[in-house]
Amino acid sequence: MTSPTIASPGEAEAGATGAERARGPRRGAGGGPGRLRLALSTHWYAWAMIAPVVLVITAIIGWPLVRGVYLSLTDADEANVERTIGVNSIPATYEFIGLDNYVDILGDDAFWDRLGWTVVWTVACVAITFAIGLTLANMLNRQFRGRTAYRMALILPWAIPAFVSVFAWRMLYNERNGLLNSLLEGRGIDGIAWLSDPTWAKAAVIAVNVWLGVPFMLIAMLGALQSIPAEQYEAAEMDGASAWQRFRFITLPGVRSVSMTVVLLSTIWTFNMFPVIFLLTRGGPAGSTDILVTEAFRLAFTASPRDFANSAAWGVLILLLLVLFAISYRRALRKQGEVW
Amino acid sequence: MATDDTTRATTTTTTVTRRRGAPRQRRRGERSRAASIGLHATLLVAAAIAVFPPLWLLVTSFKPKTDTFTRSLVSGFTLDNYDHVINDTEFLTWFGNSVVIVLATTVIGVFISSTTGYALSRFRFPGMRPLMWTLLLTQMFPMAVLIVPLYNLMSRYGLLNQPVGLVVTYLTIAVPFCAWMMKSFFDTIPVAIDESGRVDGLNPFGVFWRLIMPLAKPGLAVTAFYSFVTAWAEVAFATAFMTGERNLTLAGGLQTFVNQHTQDWHLMTAAAVLIAVPAILVFGYAQRHLQSGLTAGATKA
Repeated sequence: MTSPTIASPGEAEAGATGAERARGPRRGAGGGPGRLRLALSTHWYAWAMIAPVVLVITAIIGWPLVRGVYLSLTDADEANVERTIGVNSIPATYEFIGLDNYVDILGDDAFWDRLGWTVVWTVACVAITFAIGLTLANMLNRQFRGRTAYRMALILPWAIPAFVSVFAWRMLYNERNGLLNSLLEGRGIDGIAWLSDPTWAKAAVIAVNVWLGVPFMLIAMLGALQSIPAEQYEAAEMDGASAWQRFRFITLPGVRSVSMTVVLLSTIWTFNMFPVIFLLTRGGPAGSTDILVTEAFRLAFTASPRDFANSAAWGVLILLLLVLFAISYRRALRKQGEVW
Repeated sequence: MATDDTTRATTTTTTVTRRRGAPRQRRRGERSRAASIGLHATLLVAAAIAVFPPLWLLVTSFKPKTDTFTRSLVSGFTLDNYDHVINDTEFLTWFGNSVVIVLATTVIGVFISSTTGYALSRFRFPGMRPLMWTLLLTQMFPMAVLIVPLYNLMSRYGLLNQPVGLVVTYLTIAVPFCAWMMKSFFDTIPVAIDESGRVDGLNPFGVFWRLIMPLAKPGLAVTAFYSFVTAWAEVAFATAFMTGERNLTLAGGLQTFVNQHTQDWHLMTAAAVLIAVPAILVFGYAQRHLQSGLTAGATKA
């Protein structure tokens, strides 16, 4: 009988114990072909089901990742990678140069400038988006006329591809004849160089990213708010809790676990947010809005000559930063007793 | 019935209090007039900000070139921009490229992430825990770390400028999240259904395909939506991998209207509207399921 173990969802959720137990047969000394065949006959359904995903992930994430790390240790650029010109293919001539790229990058102010701005960008975007999302979700989480209409209008930015909206904003921000400046000038205020003044450009990209990010927060928080049982609010009201107290002691703890997840997700997304900055300012003026990912992209694809090795090194550093962040985030959550 | 009773009960309480001469108490959930005005005002402002940029894109797309930056809502209504974009540029080719890539990504992505989600939800097998961790970790992979090596690999195997190259790339972005979401979704479907199917003689694939998949429609809608959005709106890989006018996807194509050399804002707006409409339609269809799907995924992640 080759039946796979059917686990109840709850058990599968616990994962650890199940996997440990299932791994049992293979752990025996030597294993042996018999045990392998047994494992195969028990688990082949499951393995067949996950095979495509494992294949795709290994081929397109695992292998490139290894190659990326290797490239970052070489001096590969446009001129010496393997390439085809006409019918001739020229073999790669780049060489292994050890950690030189990393030493260069970490010794350069440009990296630390970009890192500083990336942190400011991420924190500002996530904090503002979260605050607005939670406020609006609280407003929508009650009965009144027009609720559905408001909800539809507020999530519209989510429905439109980000690159389209970014172009819409670029048109509004346009320095010479964009709508924003035309409104300002109509009131006798000088137009603002939205995308070519370093400070305004930073504010402008953050504003656009917040605009793009609020709908996701709103829907996630609305879901979280609706899962808080109404009895809690009734009980609090009976005890004479004010609106602020109800928000502070029922709503906030109630949305906590969802908040943790969406804040983590949106931090990672914002940190890696490429299209907004690339399409709005191209990292300019003079690199002042370049975050780490747009800089890595610029090095490899728009700079001349294209510098693949350095770009790969930036990529690896970005990944390391994210891993560090995720680990410390988990630690912080654990310390607060959150099981995550 | 139950709600009726509650309302009636509350009404009685209010009448009782009023009879005693105390100031009229508000029913639960009821707001003062000022609070109500404040609520609507804030929501109106927020909704206006949310709707305005796309709306402006739409109205501008109907203005002739000379009036692109005028402040009036309608000036010299014309469909010339659309006519030009569709007939005189490669827009339809880009649109076709994007549709092919998006459809392939969505169909394959939904299918393989639901089989994986199902296996993770129902079976315990060696390699399950590492797989779950990998799925979680790949979600936070920056494209910056993969784009250069992928570019080199694709160039070696002649996949640059090929839709296939982008499809597999997009799968890696969409699948980890979708698999995770489908797992949480399958977790909510009782195992008893699987068991009854097995008793009736279906093998696990049959159970999955004939019993569970039909029940998982809302989850499938969410994952399909996510794959669609990922592929339709992706910029970095599309910009890097697809060059040459006929190979671009919509994300690359839109950039050709406004760049260092050309400033065809009027054409850009028309193209942008044509790109946004299918996305809005798909979104409108999926959004009913979005909230439940998201929270199921979020709280269990």
